[in-house]
This record gives sequence, structure tokens and C-alpha cells, in this order.
Amino acid sequence: MNNPQLDADGRLRHLLSIEGLPKRILNQILDTAESFVGVAEREVKKVPLLRGKTVCNLFFENSTRTRTTFEIAAKRLSADVISLNVNTSSQSKGETILDTVDNLIAMHADMFVVRHSQSGAAHFIAKHVPDHIHVINAGDGRHSHPTQGLLDMFTIRKYKPDLHNLRVAIVGDVLHSRVARSEIHALTTLGVPEVRVIAPKTLLPTQVEKLGVHVFHDMKAGLKDVDVVMMLRLQNERMNGAMLPSAQEYFKTYGLTQDKLNLAKPDAIVLHPGPMNRGVEIDSSVADGSQSVILPQVTYGIAVRMAVMAMLAGGQNSGSQVGSQA
Amino acid sequence: MKIQIKNGHVIDPKNNIDSQLDVFIAAGKIVALGKAPEGFIASQTIDASNLIVCPGLVDLSARLREPGDEYKATLISELQAAVAGGVTSLACPPDTDPVLDEPGLVEMLKHRAKQLNLAHVYPLGALTRQLQGKVLSEMGELREAGCVGFSQANIAITDTQVLWRAMEYAATFGFTLFLHAEEPFLAKDGVAHDGEVASRLGLKGIPSAAEALALASILRIAKETGARIHISRLSTAEGVDMIREAKKHGVNITCDVSANHLHLTEHDIGFFDANCHLKPPLRTQRDKDALSAGLKDGTIDAICSDHTPVDDDAKLAPFAEAEVGATGLELLLALTLKWANQEKTSLAKAIALISQSSAKILGIAAGDLSVNANADICIFDANEYWKIVPSALKSQGKNTPFNGLEIAGKVKTTLINGQVVYQSE
Repeated sequence: MNNPQLDADGRLRHLLSIEGLPKRILNQILDTAESFVGVAEREVKKVPLLRGKTVCNLFFENSTRTRTTFEIAAKRLSADVISLNVNTSSQSKGETILDTVDNLIAMHADMFVVRHSQSGAAHFIAKHVPDHIHVINAGDGRHSHPTQGLLDMFTIRKYKPDLHNLRVAIVGDVLHSRVARSEIHALTTLGVPEVRVIAPKTLLPTQVEKLGVHVFHDMKAGLKDVDVVMMLRLQNERMNGAMLPSAQEYFKTYGLTQDKLNLAKPDAIVLHPGPMNRGVEIDSSVADGSQSVILPQVTYGIAVRMAVMAMLAGGQNSGSQVGSQA
Repeated sequence: MKIQIKNGHVIDPKNNIDSQLDVFIAAGKIVALGKAPEGFIASQTIDASNLIVCPGLVDLSARLREPGDEYKATLISELQAAVAGGVTSLACPPDTDPVLDEPGLVEMLKHRAKQLNLAHVYPLGALTRQLQGKVLSEMGELREAGCVGFSQANIAITDTQVLWRAMEYAATFGFTLFLHAEEPFLAKDGVAHDGEVASRLGLKGIPSAAEALALASILRIAKETGARIHISRLSTAEGVDMIREAKKHGVNITCDVSANHLHLTEHDIGFFDANCHLKPPLRTQRDKDALSAGLKDGTIDAICSDHTPVDDDAKLAPFAEAEVGATGLELLLALTLKWANQEKTSLAKAIALISQSSAKILGIAAGDLSVNANADICIFDANEYWKIVPSALKSQGKNTPFNGLEIAGKVKTTLINGQVVYQSE
């Protein structure tokens, strides 16, 4: 089975999921991102790496934050950016995903940033585009959200550079979370020795341990001595129903409070992919507290997305060009 | 028209024939095997040297898509596919549009199929009106119109009271019910086996327990009502165990497995291959092994193609949105032979699983080469390899998980009622 993300020479062709990417590529993306962090701090926050290229944000599912960070990333690389919210009603009128994509290719789009509610949508699009078009998955169903996974790794690496000596806990709705799947694959690929998931049984996928994680149902036991706590968002529609009885009960058992966080190592950091439900999965005092790195995540997200776009469109050594062209 | 099939290796499981014999056909019937009848002068001779001559295959589940879904497939395209695959009789499920719950529709389908003079079509009538699981269909009338049994296709009856009454009513008249065992609430929105692969790919799973729970209800009610039940497309190891137990205790039940499930597992989904979006879902290696063992020990009675032609556009979507199904009629023989070869099962036994045994389940006169039987015959080369190329298939449905596979078992000639209806190029 060919890995659809890599070309014949083992270089990144699309970014569809963390799974299937070698450590070498993950590190290359993270290293490239380092060189882009500085760009935002300059007076002219632009580099010309994607000048003349057209990046198309194709969002079949609503998102403000992710779309915005991709837009900023593309613009800082000097690309032309089109953002389309393809709502489901125009889909139901008969235009298929491929019709939409083909039309945009006819308008000479070079790169697609795709979000879709179905797992596998980005793979599907990548399979049907011509060779010179690149696809970045900005979230497909429950499957993958690779740039989120990468920016989380970037953030962790900033605060805890020795990944080979970390204990990481991922807390919350792993079952429905593309973020969790991306984080798990990224952590295990980069050599983090102990990855834990903490959730009630209703919010864990079948055989989740086969992804290489330790399963905890008791949050206090799960948080003991961890270096990194990665919280997941709980979707509103899951709060009352057959998955969970109520948001209140969830907060009580799996919400991150300072008391629970105190069980982790004293210098543990807290991540959250946003948007947060304060008082449901995380207490405000933790979200805004000294151990929170939630806002740096957002800042680094732009650098990571710039790195991915630059590597896809501008060749693999984009990072080294940043300085010379500034 | 008198035909002599010469020098072929005849395999007829029902009559325990497995040797080189000539077959003599007159007026659409088999008139003799081995020695020509007195005064027989063949007007056509078919040389079957180095080929197998066996009963025309009988498929327990092949969707023809008529009426209603002609853009997916038509009667003529699919019946041509059938004979190209050596299939001379097939049962079609009632989930057409409109559904087969009206005697007139069944008569029309039978009539149109007959005019084409290709494979024999045996419709399964809808067990409940509109397949809604509420009101029983007119089973008696449908039977008279030509239905050989009753089915809910892939749609479960959620109300166990209705299921119970349906079985009682069917048992009154000795009708067979063809049921797919899947508990609908557990299977809701599921698109893949609830296991490692679905978890990894973020696909909504259908747990094995969905089959076990549905089977438990069906078996229990069957025991109570004495209804004659056939379970279509078993998929789990636990299901195989349950059927084995039930048979041991004398429940009047048979079952089949699709050829897809004998060869594929959840891992074949790979990076979201929509050709592997099937119903029931592809399960684990352990399930696949148990299905195979069940076939060998007789727990599972037959192999079906589960032929479900889908138009290309319907498969051009992300996995969960891609329509369920794969083409199968032209692959049934080769996939069965491949299984038999892997499992060191005799050719005769393999052929029985797709002819004699399925004919018996349907209660139709087919699946054997007895003297005076209809001359429905499949002649094939068991050793010739061919490559599965979708565009070369006769079926209008081109989607198959076996795309590109080189496989042994090539149909050379198919006869129906003593007429050659297919001849390979």
C-alpha cells in the first residue's frame, strides 16, 4: 500500500494525517517551523516563499479559528488566499466534493486546505487531484487534524525539549476527537515513552490501547506525575445523552481543576486545542493559570502551518531560505 | 437442439460424480451422462478437454437494481454478468424501488428476466410492506407470483412482536425467511467493524455484538415458531458459534457467507478504500478464520456473491458517504476456488457451496446434473489465471475490492436450458 502523503522520493506531498509520517518528516516540519516563529515578530511579517501561489481554504465544516490561522499562515508566505465555506446545503443540491475541487483547480488553485465532517475526506480529495496540487488536512471527521497535532508537539518541545523523557496524559473525548488521534500518533512517533488517555469508557474508541497508549478511567491516577496534560474539547451535543449524563458530572470527574493538576509534576504544562468549554472540561483558573500554554499553542500554530505550506509548495528546505529573504 | 459436452471433467456434488464424462443434452434437459443415449446425434459439440463441467452456479444474493435503480445497473447488464460468471440461477433481495412487496412487481420482474433468456431470477419478496417492519406483506400472493422466500434485505425489523408474527405466519405456509442479522441500534451510522481499524481511522463502528444480539432474537423466535430461517451473510466468529449450537439443537436454520468475507478483513480498508465499504462490515482475521472453519464443518451452508452494483459516482465520496456494496457475480466462482485452494478443500465441495447447497436453500430445481434436470451448466478452467479488471466486467457495477487481483478459475461456457448463453472470448 502506497503512502499517499509521500512522493516517490519520500518527500512530503500532502499532509493528511500524522499516522504514516516518519519521525524524520515530523522533525523536519517542527524544525522548519522554528525558523518561522520569528517572522511574526518582524515589522514586515512576510516572506515571499509562496508568492504567486494560490491557497484555497475549503471548509465543508464550520470553523473560524483554524481557518483564520491557515489564512494568516498563507498570507505571511505571500500566497493568494481564497476561503470558501461550502455549506452542506449546496452539497445536498448535488455538487459533489470533487466537482467543487475540480472547479477550483480550473481556477488554478495550487494548494487545498480542507476541513470536512467525514473521516477520510482529505485522503479522498488527495487521491483525485493532479500531481502538482497539494492537500493539507485541516480536520476530517474523527480521523485526523495533523497541523493541530504538530503544533502541540512544537509547543511541548518548546517547554520540554527532551521528548524521550516525558509522561503525557490526554484527557477527555478521545472517541470523537481527531485531535487526540493526531496527538497520539505524533507523540508515539517522536519517541515519547508514556502516553496516557484518561476518559470514561463511553468516550474511548474500541481497542484504543492498540494505538500505543495506557488507559485510565480515574483522572487522579492518570494525572499522577505527568509532565504534560493535553485536554480535549467536549462537544456540546455529547454533554447530555447516552455518552454522558451531564456537563456537571463530567466536570466533576474529568474536568481539569488546580487540585487535580497538582497531582501532575509541579512544572507540568497544560494544552487545549480550543475552543474551550470553561467549567466543563477545564476550570478557568487552570486555563488562565501559570501552567497553561494554550495561547502560545495558537501563536505556534501559525508557524507550524507556514512550515507545512512552505515544505509542500516550495520544496523541502524552506526553513533555510527564511533568513536570506527577509 | 442436441448438445454433447465432450471430454470434460464432470463434477456434480449432488450425484457424487467427479470424473471425466460426456454430457448429453436434448430439448433443454440433460438426457445422459457418460454414454450417449440410443440414437443420439449431437447437432453441437462442445469440447471441454481440461475443463470442469459443473452445475450452473446458484447465487443466494445478487442485486439487479431493477426496478428503480437502473442508473446503477440493469436487468440485462447484471444477468449478462451472471452468465459470464457461470451463475445460472440467482435470488435477488427485495430492496428495489419500489420494493418487491406487490405481486405485480414480482411478476413483471420474472417476466422481463425470462424474456432475456439469461440466468433464472428468483425474487425474494419483502417480508413486510415497504420493508418498514410494521405490516406483513401478502406472502401467499407473492409466493404465487414467484417469490421463493421473504427477506428484509439489510433493514432490520426492530419490533420483536412483528418479527415473531412474521415468523409464525411464514411457518404456517412453510415459507423461508432470509434474514440479515444486525441489531439496528448498535449498528446505527456504523460503516466499519468496531475494532482497531475503525478506531484508528475515526470511522463509526458496528460491533460484533450487533450480529450476536440480532441472531439471539432470531434463533429464539425461530425455535418458538418453527419458522424456516436462512441467515444471509454471517460475518462474526461468535455468529458462527451460535449457528453451530442452534443446528446442534435442531433449529431449522441455514446460513451463508459472502465471498468477500472469506478473503478480506478490516485491514483491507487501508487508507479509506471505499470499495471495502460493505454490509456487513469486513471484520477481523479471527472472524475470517471462523467463517472459513464454519464453511468447512458445514455450519455455514453456502457462499453468496452479495453482488451489489453501485454506480461510480456513488462510490466517489469519503468512506462513510460512499454507497455500500461491491460487484460480485463474475467473481463468485474464482473467489470460491481461491478459498478452497487455500483451505485444501476439494473442488467438489467448493462447487457444492455455490450450486447444490444454495439451490436446496432456495428450494429450486437447480444446482445438479441429474438426468432430466434442466441443462443449466457451467464449464470452466480451474487453472487459468485472469486479472480482475473492472472495465472488463459485464456488470454495470465496476467497484470491487479485488481490483487488479490475478485469480484462477475462468468461466468458458455457460448453458441455460440447454442453450449456450455465454462463451468466453
